[in-house]
Amino acid sequence: MIVIVGGGISGLAIGWYLARAGRAVSVFERDAAGRGATWAAAGMLAAHVEAEPGEERLLPLLLESRAMWAEFGRDLEAASGLAVDYRDEGTLVVALDRDDTERLKFSYDYHRSMGLEMEWLSGAEARRLEPHLASGVAAGVFSPLDHQVDNRKVVVALKAAFVKAGGALREHAEVEEILVEGGAVRGVLVGGERVEAEAVVIAAGAWSRNLKGLPDHLRPPVRPVKGQMLSLVMPADAPLLRHVVWGPGTCLVPRKDGRLFVGATVEEMSFDTNMTAGGVYDLLRRAWETLPGIYDLPIDEMWAGLRPTSRDDAPLLGPVSGTLTGAGEVVGEAAGLIMATGHHRNGILLAPITARAISHYILTGELGEDIKPFAPTRFAA
Amino acid sequence: MKKAALKDPPSPRNREAVTDGLTIAGRDFTSRLFIGTAQYPNQQVMLDAIAASGAEVVTVAMRRVRLDAGGESLFDLLGGRYFILPNTAGCYTARDAVLTAQLAREALETDWVKLEVIGDDETLFPDVEQLIPAARELVKDGFIVLPYCNDDPVTAKKLEDLGCPAVMPLGAPIGSGMGIRNPYNIRIIREMCTVPIILDAGVGTASDVTVAMELGCDGVLLNSAVARARDPISMARAVRLALEAGRLAYTSGRIPHRLYAKASSPEEGVIGRVSASKAR
Repeated sequence: MIVIVGGGISGLAIGWYLARAGRAVSVFERDAAGRGATWAAAGMLAAHVEAEPGEERLLPLLLESRAMWAEFGRDLEAASGLAVDYRDEGTLVVALDRDDTERLKFSYDYHRSMGLEMEWLSGAEARRLEPHLASGVAAGVFSPLDHQVDNRKVVVALKAAFVKAGGALREHAEVEEILVEGGAVRGVLVGGERVEAEAVVIAAGAWSRNLKGLPDHLRPPVRPVKGQMLSLVMPADAPLLRHVVWGPGTCLVPRKDGRLFVGATVEEMSFDTNMTAGGVYDLLRRAWETLPGIYDLPIDEMWAGLRPTSRDDAPLLGPVSGTLTGAGEVVGEAAGLIMATGHHRNGILLAPITARAISHYILTGELGEDIKPFAPTRFAA
Repeated sequence: MKKAALKDPPSPRNREAVTDGLTIAGRDFTSRLFIGTAQYPNQQVMLDAIAASGAEVVTVAMRRVRLDAGGESLFDLLGGRYFILPNTAGCYTARDAVLTAQLAREALETDWVKLEVIGDDETLFPDVEQLIPAARELVKDGFIVLPYCNDDPVTAKKLEDLGCPAVMPLGAPIGSGMGIRNPYNIRIIREMCTVPIILDAGVGTASDVTVAMELGCDGVLLNSAVARARDPISMARAVRLALEAGRLAYTSGRIPHRLYAKASSPEEGVIGRVSASKAR
C-alpha cells in the first residue's frame, strides 16, 4: 500500500499514475480534495515568463513539465471523460510606461540569454494582439509557448481518473501522524486508526512542514505564501482577452467559460486567508490600469490561497532519507518517506513531471536525473 | 504571538573587517553595509546574498511579514545570525509608524527601528511633516530610531537634535537605482550632523556605494540593487567590496582636484627642460 498525504493536484496526479500502474494507493485529504492551493491557482503554465534570475536550476524542470502538459491533459481527459480546457494562445507581457519598459527589457534580455523563445513587440503590436489593452501600452513581449489550463477542471478530472483507476480517495480524513519506526516509515494514523504503508508521499502543500510524526530535522522547509485573487465575468460573446496577459503587478487569465481571473498578491502572512481591502484594491487597480474594460464587469468570486513555498522556490521531490527498492525493501532513517511538496507558484505546471518522477521512483526504486537537483535533503546546512 | 528574541549575533568569519567598524547608540557593528530582505528571487538566494554582502544588519518590513509563520519564518532563518532591524515600510502616517514600531518592539524584543513614513506612493519620498513627530514620540518612548529621510540637511539635523543616533538620507527614490542624485546635499548633511549618516535608497550598482562612502557616509543601506540584480549573490559581493573601497578611500584622504595636469614623475633636472611650469 502506498499512502499519499494531501489530495491536491500533486497528490492526486501521483496517485493516478500509481493506481494506473496497478498499485494499491490511498490519498488522504483533510478537507475536500483539490480545494487548497490547486483550487486557488490561475492555471498558468508560464515556464518562460516566470523564469527569473537566480532560479536557473529550476528552469529545465519547468520546461520539461510544460512540454509534457498537452499530452498529460489529453490523457487525463480520456481517462476521466472530463474536459480540462487547455488553451494554447500564449502569454503576453505588457509594459505601461517607460520604467515598466526598462524592466520588461531587463527580463526579456534575461529570457533571451537563457535561449527562451520570446518576441519583443511595440505597444501597437501588443494592442493588435489584444485590442482591449490600455491605450498607453508602451511595449510587450509575446511568449507563444506559455499556455494555460483550467486548474479546477484539472483537479476534478484527476479525482475521477484516480478513482476510476482503482485508487482510494479519503476526503475529510486528516492524517494525524506519520508513523516512522525503526528507520522506516510504516504508515499513517488517520482517525485514530493505523494505516500500514510501505511508502508515504507527503504532498500536503503549505501544511507539509507541520505534519506530526516527522522528525524535526526532516521537516521540509516549506511555508505558506498567501495569494489573493478574484474573478470577473466577461461577456461570453465578446471576451476582453484571448491570451493570458501579464501587466505591471497583475496577471489576467481568460477562461473558456468567459470568466477572467485576476491575480495575485504575494504575501508572507502565515496561514491567514482573509481577503483584505488593500489586496482587492491592488488587484483591481492594477488590472484596470492594464485592461480598463474590466470596469463594468461583474465580480464573480474572490478567494485567497496558500502557495506551498520552499526556501529556494523549487519543489522537494524524492526520498527524504534512505532508499526504497522496487521490492519494497527499505534502508535508512525514514526510508519510504517521499516528498512531493514545496511547488510554490508552479504546482499546476509541475504536475505532470511530479506525477511521472515520483511514481517512477516508487515503482522502480530509480530516481530520475531530472529530479535529482530537487532532493528534499538539499537544504541541510 | 511568538517571540523571536534577538540576541547579538556572533561575528562570522566572513566579516573580517578591512575597514574600521561603526558604532550607533553604543553598539558596535563590524560591517557598514545594511541590507534589506525583500524582492529576492527566493529565500535561499536572499540568505546567500546577505552572507556574500558581509552585512551584519538586515532590515525587515514589519507590515509585510507575520511572525507566526507556520512554516519557516524570516526570523527563523535570520535570527541569531544577523542583527535584525525592523522597519516601518508601508506606513503613511506618524500614527501608523509608531504603532508598527511598537509592534516590532513587542514581537522582536528590540528597541531599534528604522523609521519610514512615506508621503507619496509614486516616489516613496518620506513625509517630513509626519516623520519628525513620529521620531520624537518614539525617541521619547525609549526607541533607538534610525529615520529614513530626504536628502535635506535641515531635516537631517532636526532628526539628530531630537535624539536619533543616526540619520538615513536617501540617495534617490527607493528602488530607482539612480545612485546619489544630490551629492552636495549629502556632503552638507555630513558636515552638519555629528551622528552616523547611513545612505538609504537609490543605490543601483556598486559604484554608487563607493561614492556614498567617499562622500563621508558612515554606511549604506540597500536592497533592490542586490535583490533584483541579474546575479544577486555576486552583486552582493560587489557592493561589499565597493563599500570597503569607498570607506578606505575616504579615510585615506583623497588628493585635491586640479584643473591642470601634474606629472607624477619628477621633471626637475630632465635634460632639455627648464622646469615643468615653464614647459607648459
